[in-house]
Amino acid sequence: MAEQVVMTEPVAVEREFQTVDMNINMGPQHPSTHGVFRMVLTVDGEVVKDVIPYIGYLHRGAEKLSEALDYRGSLGFQDRTDYLAAFCNEWVHVNATERLAGIEAPERAEYVRLILSEFNRVLSHLMFAGAFGTDVGFFGTAFTWAFKERELIQDFFEAVTGDRMMYNYFRVGGLAWEPHETFVEDGHWLVERLRAGVADLDALMTRNEIMIARCRDVGVLSAEDAVNHGVTGPMLRASGVAFDLRVDEPYSIYDRFEWDIPVGDRGDVYDRFLVRMEEMRQSLRIVEQALDQMPGGGPIVAEGLPARLRPAPAEIYQRQEGPRGEYGIYMVSDGSDKPWRMKVRSPCFHNLSALKQMTIGSYIADAVIILGSVDIVLGEVDR
Amino acid sequence: MPDAIVLSEFAGIGMPDWVDALIRLVFIVALMTINALALIYLERKVLARFQARVGPTRTGPVGILQSAADALKLLTKEDVRPHSADRWVFELAVFFVFVPVFLMFIPIPFTETWFIRDLELGFLYVFAVLGLNIVGVIMAGWGSDNKYALLGGIRAAAQAISYELPMLLAAAGVVMIAAGHLLDGGLVGGALNLNTIVDQQRTTPYLLLQPLGFVIFMIGALAEMHRPPFDMPVAESEVVGGYFVEYSGIRWSMFFLAEYTGLFLMVMLGSTVFLGGWNFPFGEDAGLGLQIVLTLAKASALIFLLFWLRAMFPRLRIDQLMAFSWKVLLPFALLQVLANGVILAYGGPDWVVALVSLALLVSLVALIYVLMRTKAGGDSIHLEPARPRLVTSTEVAPGD
Repeated sequence: MAEQVVMTEPVAVEREFQTVDMNINMGPQHPSTHGVFRMVLTVDGEVVKDVIPYIGYLHRGAEKLSEALDYRGSLGFQDRTDYLAAFCNEWVHVNATERLAGIEAPERAEYVRLILSEFNRVLSHLMFAGAFGTDVGFFGTAFTWAFKERELIQDFFEAVTGDRMMYNYFRVGGLAWEPHETFVEDGHWLVERLRAGVADLDALMTRNEIMIARCRDVGVLSAEDAVNHGVTGPMLRASGVAFDLRVDEPYSIYDRFEWDIPVGDRGDVYDRFLVRMEEMRQSLRIVEQALDQMPGGGPIVAEGLPARLRPAPAEIYQRQEGPRGEYGIYMVSDGSDKPWRMKVRSPCFHNLSALKQMTIGSYIADAVIILGSVDIVLGEVDR
Repeated sequence: MPDAIVLSEFAGIGMPDWVDALIRLVFIVALMTINALALIYLERKVLARFQARVGPTRTGPVGILQSAADALKLLTKEDVRPHSADRWVFELAVFFVFVPVFLMFIPIPFTETWFIRDLELGFLYVFAVLGLNIVGVIMAGWGSDNKYALLGGIRAAAQAISYELPMLLAAAGVVMIAAGHLLDGGLVGGALNLNTIVDQQRTTPYLLLQPLGFVIFMIGALAEMHRPPFDMPVAESEVVGGYFVEYSGIRWSMFFLAEYTGLFLMVMLGSTVFLGGWNFPFGEDAGLGLQIVLTLAKASALIFLLFWLRAMFPRLRIDQLMAFSWKVLLPFALLQVLANGVILAYGGPDWVVALVSLALLVSLVALIYVLMRTKAGGDSIHLEPARPRLVTSTEVAPGD
């Protein structure tokens, strides 16, 4: 007799649709990583599950090199850290050295420095708008429109300093030489011209339906997270924190002008874009007032500067508001003519640390624009 | 309805059918090449003007030989195949992209008598052949053994599936009207013949009767041809060229040839179906020369529109692209088909059809506008007066 076969109930087997995660290496030669930045995305289809950023491809040891040069000689490195905001960095460097050595620059020099730095901020934000436009997918139109205006600023800088990118114009205690004769008129013309240019970019990008669809509620960074990551600059302000070193730790002559700080409500990519667009207009407002107030004559270099700077042993941390955020220089003097220690606190390095948090859970296309909205300059991240 | 021009009669010499067919094929290939070269040059020039540049200027007068020089360069370049690529899939993919576009030429009427073959179901045939294109794209994406290419290929597949449907439905609206008109004239069928559709537009181009259909058709054409703002499969800032990232030399140039031929064919189709092709506004009595000028002028206008869109729009995201097709375009296209059906069934006049379509188009635009404005949420940034102040801990870290 055959045994009775017991039929068992068929067991329901749950089969989930298995998908394989894929690692995508984006950079360092990818067109939208803004230089030699590399990130490895772990994606499930189009959704980003993890991001690992790699930096260091542009490390040149500028900080260590600065320790081998005297206080004035290392100024050139500041042009090359954040090469889009060279004046702003030079200013931090000369301010730090001046504070260390107890030198005060004449008023006229301060005005010129401020005007050039604010123009530099506009230049940098224009570069952002153009590159961000390309990231979002404008086929070059935003880029060329932004660069058209940026060229004018560079022409102006060239007239003042003789160089279009690596200016090396500020000096400890003042400026290298007198700005050209038509500095004020050219400045006024440029302000008007840039206002129109920014309005053009605004008309092209800001209200575009696809732009809104792409950028709104993407890469949200809350105020608390932003502060915890050490994020500064337009990114922090877009997250809703009205923190601007020009106001909160006033340096130079910023307390003489009237302007507003744009602050975002949502902290997404679109807010960062809007904040930067508004900052350009506010910078132009500052420049206009500064050009009006600027003394017509007077020295541009402090008198009685020593041939070699030998500040008394001390340490100093000078921080100022660059286009990307808090750019700080920490210097330690041991009484010799070279800084014993020199350290740059670059905003992008800290802003970049929030990338992972912003990107995870979004799409690949979002990862590109989130990185674009951080507005990184690799020269400054790696130094 | 005159037949297609017979070459042997045209040339005044007798020739067998296969010679006739061969001449037609040569004509297509020549047209494809010249068209691609011309379009690439024009696109570069037009885009340059939009972007405050001058475009190519160095090769020949005003850079007119630029595309020819580029083509020469591409032909002489090495044809690189990645070591790990799937050999046959990789190498054959190009032809799977190229041939459907080639085949699409057949029923397109350039004038009343100039077309390759007068297909009774020409309209349907064009869409059917167009759908094959995507096989080659997926093959290229898969065979390249490159993650960016794979992403691009899959994106292209998703896009093609999403956009062919609303595009077909938009075209169906036109066919319904054409069929209705033909029926009024006592004819049954023939509404899928492209030449008949043109013939129907003697007084009114279908653009006026089906504005919504035209808009959906053009959006579909953009997506089908991977033109901005629907260029995710080839998005340079995301997938670095997408499915043809690994191709080089002549294979790469064949992708480009197919792309620009596809562009040309889509605008030819658009001008034929919606703008009256060789017919409007001079009627069918227009001479051969005038007809070809009319057709090409309309196609050029549409091409310029596409260039313009490319210069002025950013790119959608892949999920938004799909949502836009399935949630917005498809319902509207269906509504139009429904409305056409109801109106035609009850013998409504043409202006009712036009009005309903226009109303739908306006509501489509309004819907997008309102949705996006809502999403933008008004002015989300506010200005704080910059007065020197002290930093307080509560200000820096809200929530603590």
